[in-house]
Amino acid sequence: MTTSLPADFADLEPFSDWCLATEAERYAKRLSSSMEEMQAFYDGAFPRLEEALGYLDELDLGALPEDAGQLLTLCYSLVNVSFPVEVWRQARVPDSGAASMDVVVEPAV
Amino acid sequence: MAHFPKPAEGSWTEHYPELGTSTVDYEDSISPEFYELERKAIFNRTWLNVGRVEELPRTGSYFTKELHCAGTSVVIVRDKDGNVRGFHNICRHRGNKLVWNDFPREETSGTCRQFTCKYHGWRYDLDGSLNFVQQESEFFDLDKADFGLAPVQTEVWQGFIFVNLDPDNTTSVQDYLGELGAGIEGYPFGEMTQVYKYRANVGSNWKLFIDAFAEFYHAPVLHARQATGEESRKLQSYGYEALHYGIDGPHGMVSSWGGMSPPKDPSIVKPIERVLRSGLFGPWDRPDIEGLDKLPEGVNPARSPTWGIDSFVLFPNFMLLIWAPGWYLTYHYWPTSYHTHIFEGTLYFVPPKNATERLRQELAAVTFKEFALQDGNTLEATQSMIESRVVTQFPLGDQEILLRHLHKTARRYVADYKQTATPVDVPTGR
Repeated sequence: MTTSLPADFADLEPFSDWCLATEAERYAKRLSSSMEEMQAFYDGAFPRLEEALGYLDELDLGALPEDAGQLLTLCYSLVNVSFPVEVWRQARVPDSGAASMDVVVEPAV
Repeated sequence: MAHFPKPAEGSWTEHYPELGTSTVDYEDSISPEFYELERKAIFNRTWLNVGRVEELPRTGSYFTKELHCAGTSVVIVRDKDGNVRGFHNICRHRGNKLVWNDFPREETSGTCRQFTCKYHGWRYDLDGSLNFVQQESEFFDLDKADFGLAPVQTEVWQGFIFVNLDPDNTTSVQDYLGELGAGIEGYPFGEMTQVYKYRANVGSNWKLFIDAFAEFYHAPVLHARQATGEESRKLQSYGYEALHYGIDGPHGMVSSWGGMSPPKDPSIVKPIERVLRSGLFGPWDRPDIEGLDKLPEGVNPARSPTWGIDSFVLFPNFMLLIWAPGWYLTYHYWPTSYHTHIFEGTLYFVPPKNATERLRQELAAVTFKEFALQDGNTLEATQSMIESRVVTQFPLGDQEILLRHLHKTARRYVADYKQTATPVDVPTGR
């Protein structure tokens, strides 16, 4: 079982399937999600972003407790879906056709 | 109307008269024969950037680089004395690829005490010398000193590792990079070790993707939807003009304004950018490190207060982008045929001190990918149509000077090669 989010962010548990450690997983989930699903996630998580930053900034980024780490990966996913939700109105980048771009190096945390 | 001053000649292009102002053809980007010549004339003769010293943190750290463009694979390693060395990735015994993992054509990296060939177990020290031959007594007059790894000229400039596959090359990488390289020496590249690297297979000639990133004329149009509606229209009517262009030898640079970090009016950017204070131009707040207050002379050469980014096009296939908010980006274009290449985009930030800084960098990286996907796909559309040859002459504007220069430089290298290397050995292609 995945660790749950910090207690202060229990209201975001319904979106815990967006707690994904790698960009490849986050991007794949974006492409396989409907706009309704991403909008619901965004509407739930975006208003909590500043509080999440405040909570996480109190902690050592290099040694985050597991639940805080989950919250951080949830924020990464929020960043990823911000393009479909705020700009594109679709999961894929417009005019990107079959083009793909893979992450080959990304930060460990 | 001009927003920024141009040289006395009236245009940047005419400031460099050898470039001319006529229409250009892109035969150099659609011809299999020309690509075969480029492999010999350019990729086997010039300095190629293959990585950074941070990728080799300790003795025995190594990585391999597949160079289809030069018909070889190289292994780069930090030896026992701390020097960075490069070798052709081939065992001297029977020619097996020396360093690879699972998939012979894929790049790999790691740390080792010595290199051991998977085939018959011959072993090489980190300095390339052969130190062990399995059943050595079975061989005939074998002197191990004669069978070290084939070295590749390898030099480090500002932490960037370059190789030159021409054993007769006598130009240092520092001299090769000329005035433009000298002008950015001292920038704190070594402080920016938080790395995001992206890779994509792109269906176009390598030069066409450099073209896309060597001009910003396209940005207000192709990326129109990445700004809010009214701002997008404003950007299109304003158009694009650079602060400064520079050309030295085969290399070029464009210096650009960048009012997006932070934007004058925050309402023009996406909501998440307003919260995180970051976007395409990177985090809006500069990291607190030495070396950013007083930039090297070649960075923001016009000394403009509106400066946002400098893009250096370092021939042949390396671009270095230095952003005002204190981070940098590299592009590499590794040809795999006349109309395909592997694109690599790598973002380098100062390591974040907390989650907020980390998320700002994440947003910049995600935004980079959104833009690059649009750019890459547009390139396939360009390649397929210029290959039709229904139109062969194309006009280039003054803001496209670096494209004019790049294609001219590639053609000049090929022409020089054809003159000196006779008979021209053009493979039949596979």
